[in-house]
Amino acid sequence: MSGRERILGNLKRSLGRDGLDVNAVAAVERRLASRNANLVPKRAARPHAEQVDLFIEKATALDITVARVGGLADVPGAISDYLAEHNLPSEIKMAPDPALDGVPWADRPMLKITRGRAEISDAVGVTPAFRAIAETGTLVTVSSADRPATLNFVPDDHVVVLNASQVIGTMEDMWAGLRADRGDGDMPRTVNMISGPSRTADIQLTLIKGAHGPRRLHIVLVDDGAA
Amino acid sequence: MQPTSHAFKQNAKRAMVDTPLQESLRRLETGFTAARQAAADGLPEFEDLRDEARGIKNHVLEHLDLYLERFESRVTEKGGQVHWCETPRDARNAILEICRKVGARTVTKGKSMVAEEIALNPFLEENGIEPVETDLGEYIIQLADEPPSHIIGPAVHKTKDQVSDLFHEHHQKYGKTERIEEPEALVAEAREILRQKYFDADVGITGANFLIAETGSTVIVTNEGNGDLTQMLPRIHIVVASLEKIVPTLEDVSTILRVLARSATGQEMSVYTTFSTGPKRPEDLDGPDEFHVVLLDNGRSEMLGTELQELLRCIRCGACMNHCPVYHAVGGHTYGWVYPGPIGAALDPHLIGLEEARHLPNASTFCGRCEEVCPMRIPLPKIMRHWREQAFEHHVSPSPERFAIRLWAAIAKRPMLYHLGTRIAMAVLGRLGRRRGRFASLPLAGGWTGGRDLPAPEGRTFQAMWAARGGRTGR
Ligand code: SF4
Repeated sequence: MSGRERILGNLKRSLGRDGLDVNAVAAVERRLASRNANLVPKRAARPHAEQVDLFIEKATALDITVARVGGLADVPGAISDYLAEHNLPSEIKMAPDPALDGVPWADRPMLKITRGRAEISDAVGVTPAFRAIAETGTLVTVSSADRPATLNFVPDDHVVVLNASQVIGTMEDMWAGLRADRGDGDMPRTVNMISGPSRTADIQLTLIKGAHGPRRLHIVLVDDGAA
Repeated sequence: MQPTSHAFKQNAKRAMVDTPLQESLRRLETGFTAARQAAADGLPEFEDLRDEARGIKNHVLEHLDLYLERFESRVTEKGGQVHWCETPRDARNAILEICRKVGARTVTKGKSMVAEEIALNPFLEENGIEPVETDLGEYIIQLADEPPSHIIGPAVHKTKDQVSDLFHEHHQKYGKTERIEEPEALVAEAREILRQKYFDADVGITGANFLIAETGSTVIVTNEGNGDLTQMLPRIHIVVASLEKIVPTLEDVSTILRVLARSATGQEMSVYTTFSTGPKRPEDLDGPDEFHVVLLDNGRSEMLGTELQELLRCIRCGACMNHCPVYHAVGGHTYGWVYPGPIGAALDPHLIGLEEARHLPNASTFCGRCEEVCPMRIPLPKIMRHWREQAFEHHVSPSPERFAIRLWAAIAKRPMLYHLGTRIAMAVLGRLGRRRGRFASLPLAGGWTGGRDLPAPEGRTFQAMWAARGGRTGR
């Protein structure tokens, strides 16, 4: 008998279930198919514009910096300002995502942009977001050929371009969005929920930023007319 | 790791005079408890969410076989593989086989208590594979060659100075010859050294906080981002997880996440919550080529349907130890095995045997704080009591202890005798201690008076005072 059979056999015996238990199977199928949210806190149940404000408030409290801009045309300037503010070279590694193609990068000819996955030498990663969760100030990114997950973790600085229309209330709203985009049960290789820059408290419970992931996390929040 | 739980009493004695340890424990006591309270107060639905979380896990445990089968089929659909392992040895061998197939020489590791449970590191080393711990706390104790002392803060017992010494000693080979002291600088140095290791490793091993039946995803929750680098850079990602980690849906995991970080560190969300599903897709630019889930039973399937079933709801948040007066006094190493604190006292006797772990269920004041703060509402004191009874029934306790308990039972069953005995004892103690109000030492009570004074009783029994106030007694 294989380990699998023995473990499943043990489980069934402990649960007092021999053979096929149609009621149990039905209960499991129901639960898996229901997509019902459990209790969801009320905190983020508010009009969209206020959800955006809540997101900014929560994200800021998590040491995420937020620059709010009027449109895609302002993104290159906002990123250049951020690089200058932190004395970073004018050089970014950016996700090869078409969503970022609409940004007029040529307006900033000094900004050197390469696209692809992150390598150890990359100092600044720029990625689009999938959603942002107002309840907790959490960014969500999903991996794909256009959105390599290494950009979220390897560079010292992570800059996320987020549209205000991508701000939603809760994790449950985010999952609903993912299912709508991709169809039920189809998860990308990686879904990252990110709530602040990397940190540790492993030395004397002293909070220190930049343990292994990015030392800083910056959001360029684009008002795309939805908020 | 080789358990030293049988030596709990000796371990505790050592711990209580260990000054750096006591300093660290005081920090933990104040830091974590206040943070959890603030987080719980900050969410009006927190208590209701705990009920929901308990309900989700109870449902899962009643259908564990079915959810595991579903999880496996989803993992397989996505191109991953589940390895069912009954024992720690099965799990170690499964991992070694995967590593061997790709000729792995170094393995990076995210923090995993199950990897500790199966004693993976020494096994890999014996087989010529270098395990590199990447969680800062785990990295520190790997350098110190010590087991973790806390399930979410493995190096919480170490002071900054001790970390300085360790880094100074072990980082020379990287050309870091200066002894540094500031926590920021220490973190930066570890970051720099580990960075290259992530890229060089052949295999990345992480644990899992959750396994999701709906999607076949594994979930890790971290603050440092080391778990992510561990799983996305090497060619192979191995997840080690015990089988009770399963939850039905993405909605269910969301509910439990709302109580997890709040209970653990007082954060609303840990910094990184990462869902991994299968290996990288053919068109992806990064991610592992292979995805393996090593699923460990190690006696858990036998806990179902028994008094111990409720322990399988545990999400390893650490709140019970953060709030435990015994843990605060003696620290995690005293418990002598992987899981310390109240959860360890309740779980270890099953995992390593009651003979070895028999002191742990006694390491409790029965104050009930662990159960009060446990997000999954696990009745830890009740389960410790269960083990005490087992120890007595199965003659695991030493004979003087058994004799004393039997003597007490015999007396307690005879009210006249009991009242007479306590009256005499209280009168004698009350008279002897009248002058100072306490005893610095007392025959048969050295265990208590060794560390502190025993207050003298005031001379009458509780029953007598109760009766004097007009209360009813069982007489
Ligand atoms: S027993 Fe409860 S409090 Fe303790 S680690 Fe498990 S879930 Fe957390």
